[in-house]
Amino acid sequence: MKEMLAILFLAILTNNFVLVKFLGICPFLGVSKKLGTAVSMAAAVTLVMVMATAATWPIYYYLLAPNGLDYMQTIVFILVIAALVQLLEVVLHRYSSALYSALGIYLPLITTNCAVLGVTVLNITDNYTFGAAIVNSLGAGIGFLLAMVLFAGVRSRLEACDVPSSLQGLPITLIAASIVAMSFLGLGGVVENIFA
Amino acid sequence: MSDNLKILKRGIIDENPALRLVLGTCPTLAVTTSAINGLGMGLAATFVLLGSNIVVSLLRNVIPNKVRIPAYITIIAGFVTVVQMLVKAFLPAIDSALGIYLPLIVVNCIILARAEMFAGKNRVLPSVFDALGMGIGFTAALLLMGMIRELLGAGTLFGITVTANFIAPMTLMLLPPGGFFIFGVLIALANKLSVKKGKQPVNKLGCSGDCASCPTSCGGDAQ
Repeated sequence: MKEMLAILFLAILTNNFVLVKFLGICPFLGVSKKLGTAVSMAAAVTLVMVMATAATWPIYYYLLAPNGLDYMQTIVFILVIAALVQLLEVVLHRYSSALYSALGIYLPLITTNCAVLGVTVLNITDNYTFGAAIVNSLGAGIGFLLAMVLFAGVRSRLEACDVPSSLQGLPITLIAASIVAMSFLGLGGVVENIFA
Repeated sequence: MSDNLKILKRGIIDENPALRLVLGTCPTLAVTTSAINGLGMGLAATFVLLGSNIVVSLLRNVIPNKVRIPAYITIIAGFVTVVQMLVKAFLPAIDSALGIYLPLIVVNCIILARAEMFAGKNRVLPSVFDALGMGIGFTAALLLMGMIRELLGAGTLFGITVTANFIAPMTLMLLPPGGFFIFGVLIALANKLSVKKGKQPVNKLGCSGDCASCPTSCGGDAQ
């Protein structure tokens, strides 16, 4: 249990997917302008991350690795994720129009979100058990949500600022992200000490 | 031939994928902690881009329009697997430095965007020049960023000590905040130069997160 909590909080804080590992930068910079859309996008990413891990982990350990096909990992994983996202879109469209209208527009983007493929590959390279892999994916998703929410706040302040012309838009957003990332550096070692 | 050279130049300067189109942001920020890593990542992506552009261009009349995106992703994933195996076999140091970002070339927007916007509509030779231009442009941007971060963060250049003996290196530049900061400054500089030349500055991401403003014409049905 303690071990699982350590994995969860390490994934959320110390190894934050966006601000420490640089995965999922496009949605982080693109969709973080408004808090509402940022939360919806992050929720969709978290859902897909957990589902993708639940699908790719057994495929790797029961299908690819025993047959010496582990070099097919990248191709199989991206196709599984693409199929899964498509399936999720169809199911949401059919059974929950409220959820579909909230998350639906972000689903096509999630296939090519490197955070999703990244978490499935990391779960294999870090030799996690199935339970640990699911917890790690959940933590990665929550960490993504945390970074999006924090940054949405920073950006709403930035809107009102008078920025030099060549720094306007993307450059100043990146520099603001640099300062938010700096705050996450301060969290290094905290989780390890609590759960050690 | 001059048309092909124009395509080449466009990829390197006018539409530089990292600094002008702002695509492939994740590897640009993540692996540029040293010049050699930036160069390695750039060359690996160029190889995949070249292979996928050639194959997509050859198959452009064979692949049905409705399934073209999954088909492109499969072709790209195939070339990424080849690169992974080659790098693991011949450059183990680069392999461990690039780590997870090597398989993640699959979801690098630059490669899918070039397949969708150029190779899927053009003949093989222009597609080769497009891939080379975009690849060289991406590699140059990554190399530049890697050199700046290595020089400021470690005081070395390609592993050779330059300023480390008389200027204390700022390790922060090698950490994630330094990546965001240097990238922001580089885009600001590219904007300044392009405004001087009478071009539009870049103020948003190539993939701005909503499919409506995406440069690729997939119209949201990206899978």
